[in-house]
Amino acid sequence: MLSAQFISLLTVLFDGVAFGMILFLISVGLSITMGVMRVVNLAHCGFAMIGGYLTYALTTMAALPFALAVPLAVVGTMIIGAILERTVYSWVYGQSELGQVLMTIGLTFVMIAGANALFGSSIQSIPVPSALRETVQLGPVGLPVYRLFLIAVAAACGVAIWLALEKTEAGAKLRAAVDNAKMAGCIGINVKALFALTFAIGCGFAGLGGALGADIFPLEPFYALHYLVLVLIVVSVGGLGSIKGTLLASLILGLIDTLGRYYLPTGGGIVIYLATLMLLLARPHGLFGRPA
Amino acid sequence: MNLPTSILLPAGALPHYRLGVMDVLPWIVALGVFFAFDTYLSLGAQILTMVIFGLSLDLALGFAGITTLGHAAFFGIGAYAAGYWNLHFTAEPLSGLLVAGLAAGAIGLLSGALLLRTHGLALLMLTMVVTVLLHEVANAWGSVTGGADGLSGVMPDALFRVFQFDLFGKTAYLYALGVLFLVFLVVRMVVNSPFGLSLRGVRENARRMHLVGASVHLRLVAAYAISAILAGIAGGLAAQLTRTVSLDRLTFQLSGDILIMLIIGGVGRLYGAFIGIPLYMLMLDRAAAVNPFHWMFFVGLALILLVRFAPGGLLALGDRGWGKGGKQ
Repeated sequence: MLSAQFISLLTVLFDGVAFGMILFLISVGLSITMGVMRVVNLAHCGFAMIGGYLTYALTTMAALPFALAVPLAVVGTMIIGAILERTVYSWVYGQSELGQVLMTIGLTFVMIAGANALFGSSIQSIPVPSALRETVQLGPVGLPVYRLFLIAVAAACGVAIWLALEKTEAGAKLRAAVDNAKMAGCIGINVKALFALTFAIGCGFAGLGGALGADIFPLEPFYALHYLVLVLIVVSVGGLGSIKGTLLASLILGLIDTLGRYYLPTGGGIVIYLATLMLLLARPHGLFGRPA
Repeated sequence: MNLPTSILLPAGALPHYRLGVMDVLPWIVALGVFFAFDTYLSLGAQILTMVIFGLSLDLALGFAGITTLGHAAFFGIGAYAAGYWNLHFTAEPLSGLLVAGLAAGAIGLLSGALLLRTHGLALLMLTMVVTVLLHEVANAWGSVTGGADGLSGVMPDALFRVFQFDLFGKTAYLYALGVLFLVFLVVRMVVNSPFGLSLRGVRENARRMHLVGASVHLRLVAAYAISAILAGIAGGLAAQLTRTVSLDRLTFQLSGDILIMLIIGGVGRLYGAFIGIPLYMLMLDRAAAVNPFHWMFFVGLALILLVRFAPGGLLALGDRGWGKGGKQ
């Protein structure tokens, strides 16, 4: 028989993986858009929050089923992202990092104030269908179905992004535009439209992460700032524009964070930040990033 | 950065040739506040503290071009150092500021030497990570920092053994104003010195500075350390005036706030902090009484519009609008 400690370790590891996968969903869009457009986007977590709140509004206020509300919320987040990309973000493309930091912090503030005005300052939870609320027994270990579902969705998204980038023509165009935007424009790729689409898709993944991850990352107006540091660490450790790096960094961070919370309540953060510091000092472009 | 050439050229960079009425104005206003609004002196002293913090950031960001999201680290270290010094060694206030400055300066020197090899995005991330790391350390190291409760009961002795810190904050206000004046003189001296001019050279074109044989890294580390010392002094002052030190002195959010306040005023102009910080803090004080979330909406909107229409801050609007110093 497995000992009780071992079972609890397995449960914690499983929670860590689920946490990491949600982090991956939220971060992957930022990694791609920051890698592609070189914009420091501190408002990215705001898009995850928008996805979460849209799902909340659709399931509770409009009483739509969960399976319909989530895709609609993702599409809604993408539309909002595309509109903002064509307006406020296009203002800062040519500016220094500082201007980008300032504009996106301002945008985050507006999102926080908006979320508070519409939904109030308390934590809102998204009702999940009963089929997903069960627990499956895997031998002696009980695993919540919802977290299995999260991991499966996030993994599917990761595979889909990888396939889209590596195996499709649009992906090839995007990679060309990342390497050299001017040259890509010269050979007839509509770089602006491509970037806007990429940005919208990145926001869509964040929105999905926000919608599905609401029970791990609770939905409240300061969501947009609370998880920003974690997401930025994932993106910079993984390396801008690298799917593989983002996935690896999310999983490592998720596991360290969850394990730390159980076994080392005060020191968990220190381990993460110290490791990030050392890694970024040794490799300023992250694990799989390339120099700009 | 798009600055008027008059700021870059040596003759314009040595404005002690042309100390005008405008240079006296902030100090007259500050003294005027002391006599006219004596019920707001504690808010006034807080604003002065933040102006010192803003000036220190201006030295690093505006003159040396170091983009940082982690300046709160030095403010926080200064606050904890001054608080600890007050509680465990002596309550004499000036020595507390000295200790605060030295502690922050030491960390500034160390982290600067490591971090300033990177730039751009990596530097933003690294400075941010240093701040959150120090925040976690302060949270875990309860025996020194008081953990989540922070340090309380910081009670500075009489200034120069004569002026007691009174209930109305008169001594505190003048103390903060005096420290601000000294810090301002230091920053002004540094940025107008040959060293300060070479810093502007690094900011404008680091590669060319390498080519003329100047050590870019050494200059950046020196500027960062000086800036850290001054930020530490601001933190120490905050600890003495509010009589407490808490974890929110060491947050990423404070780094963002000071950046916002400074940029609203204008970066790299010495007086940006004098405009942006009082404006922001006074409005925050009014708005917090009504509804903090509405305040966030308007600040956010103002930031977006500022980046779009006045990337150099409010003082840069003055250049264009009134045509002073705008000889581009």
